[in-house]
Amino acid sequence: MNTKGNWMLILALSLISAPLVIMYGFQLIDSVSRPAPGGIIPQEWELTNWRFLWTSIDSARPSIWRVTFNTFVFASATALLVCAFSITAAYALSRLNFPARRFFLAGLIMLHAFPTITLIIAIFIVLQFLGLYDSLMGVILVKAALELPFGIWIMKGFYDSVPWEIEMAGVQDGASRFRVWRELILPQVKPGLSALLIFSFLAGWSEFILPLVLAPGADAQVLATYMNAVIADDTRPDYGLFKAIGMFYALPVIAVYLLFQKRLMNIYGGGTKG
Amino acid sequence: MRIELQNFTKRFGDTTVIEDMSLSVASGEMIALLGPSGCGKSTTLFAISGIHRIDGGTLHFGDRDVTRLPPQDRPVGVVFQNYALYPHMSVADNIGFPLRVQNLKPAEIKRRVGEMAELVQIGNLLARKPQQLSGGQQQRVALARALVRKPDVLLLDEPLANLDAKLRLEMRSEIRRLQRETGITAILVTHDQIEAMSMCDRIALMKDGRIEQISTPGDMYERPASRYVAGFLGNPPISFLRAEAKGQLTIGADNALPLPHGTAARGPITLGVRPEHFGPQHRGPSIAGQVSFIEPQGREDLIDVTLPCDQRLRAIVPAGHDIALGQPVTWQVDLSRVHLFDAEGARL
Repeated sequence: MNTKGNWMLILALSLISAPLVIMYGFQLIDSVSRPAPGGIIPQEWELTNWRFLWTSIDSARPSIWRVTFNTFVFASATALLVCAFSITAAYALSRLNFPARRFFLAGLIMLHAFPTITLIIAIFIVLQFLGLYDSLMGVILVKAALELPFGIWIMKGFYDSVPWEIEMAGVQDGASRFRVWRELILPQVKPGLSALLIFSFLAGWSEFILPLVLAPGADAQVLATYMNAVIADDTRPDYGLFKAIGMFYALPVIAVYLLFQKRLMNIYGGGTKG
Repeated sequence: MRIELQNFTKRFGDTTVIEDMSLSVASGEMIALLGPSGCGKSTTLFAISGIHRIDGGTLHFGDRDVTRLPPQDRPVGVVFQNYALYPHMSVADNIGFPLRVQNLKPAEIKRRVGEMAELVQIGNLLARKPQQLSGGQQQRVALARALVRKPDVLLLDEPLANLDAKLRLEMRSEIRRLQRETGITAILVTHDQIEAMSMCDRIALMKDGRIEQISTPGDMYERPASRYVAGFLGNPPISFLRAEAKGQLTIGADNALPLPHGTAARGPITLGVRPEHFGPQHRGPSIAGQVSFIEPQGREDLIDVTLPCDQRLRAIVPAGHDIALGQPVTWQVDLSRVHLFDAEGARL
């Protein structure tokens, strides 16, 4: 493409993304400064908005580090569960011939497109019955289950692109089906697996509705519900504080994207090339 | 190891691909399963390897019944068309995989991998990954991996199809050399008659899930059992002419040949003449026509002659002739080498 066309394209893209960039910019600036009342130009630089990191912002609230830890446990446990089930279930769907395979495949697509929020009451009752209501464990199980169709579908795509002959060669070389899967096939779908791991971690990290409804107590609070509680409680809104907490909540996501950009692209590339 | 396949039947769902096929391969023999795509040759190969279940019939290796044995337990090495190397493993690990599965000691594995690599002449490539190898080298790795377990049977599924023309020539003799050196019983699946003829002791020519003829390459070429076999073997291919066997063999209104010895008058038949048995350089009865196409090949030219009845014969004529397109010619047919087939295509 010629240089002029390039510049036009960059200009158009900048214009479209400008509102987003400005919003993120002010999120950051406002979290460390104090604007004049009613104005937007920062007057004074200060870190008081970030005070939630070292003091309790009010007495009834759990410490931010406890909540962050919860969020981390929630997101990682979800990601690990999703990956563990996806790599095995997707292999079966991709390679094994078992009864009602077509039914499972169709069900998978349907569940993938299903608006999960409509299930929330049923899930609530089930969790209540199991005694897992208002516990981190309960939300983890629900979130992982709801993420599974996506994970299985993605992994099935990766398995499908591994040549059959590799599997046949492994079997012919004397290896059991399980060993073939573990030593020969799994390494071929690793790019998909790492992308799925990151994606489901991020999905867990940003989940809001499930913890809000299924684990409203202070013990199982995650960052999304913590932030919501801070905003909802305050009679005199402190927007600087909200922005700082929002910033804190978004930082890991930004970091993960910056670090693993390339791997995340694999999911959309869908190939075996890493 | 002798392979004995008896009354083999294979179905995929409701379609029967192969019905009641029998094949026996002598110990140390290399046999080709030759045929067009979809004739069941790969299906047969994978049934012998154990990847496809055998729906009917029995399979013996030597005296041992292996019909129900899973592929892991069959003493079989397979080379796949796309080589199926394990992309994440080095060449050494690829070749060593079958031995690691047997839980041999690392030192023993290393020794045998080294031996095998020397045999297929890739000793200097052991540390590389498959994608760093050329097609021919990948093929050698695949051969080494198939042979490293010292199997009784080597199965090759279109092993040369993914190679360019020059490498194909090289690997053809290389595979044959390996087979001879190891004395292994081998089955080669191919759709290429030249591969089958040049590499194998015998050829089983397949059609629609049946073996049409099984014989040595020379015999099959000289005495094809049917019109199908005659048409499959030979490059450039044989020419078929519709003819009438009465007092003599009439081809259209203008040409006639004496009936070959021992042929009875019987009405419409097919006459098959290979291009190397027709031309000005031969002796025998002649056929007249007009030159309709000349294809120079260097050492010799392929010349098509169209008869007055609008049927075509092809001739191989040594280069250095002065034959021009459109020229009327009367050339000789080596009558002792022609093939006659009845209306159903069976040899007379």
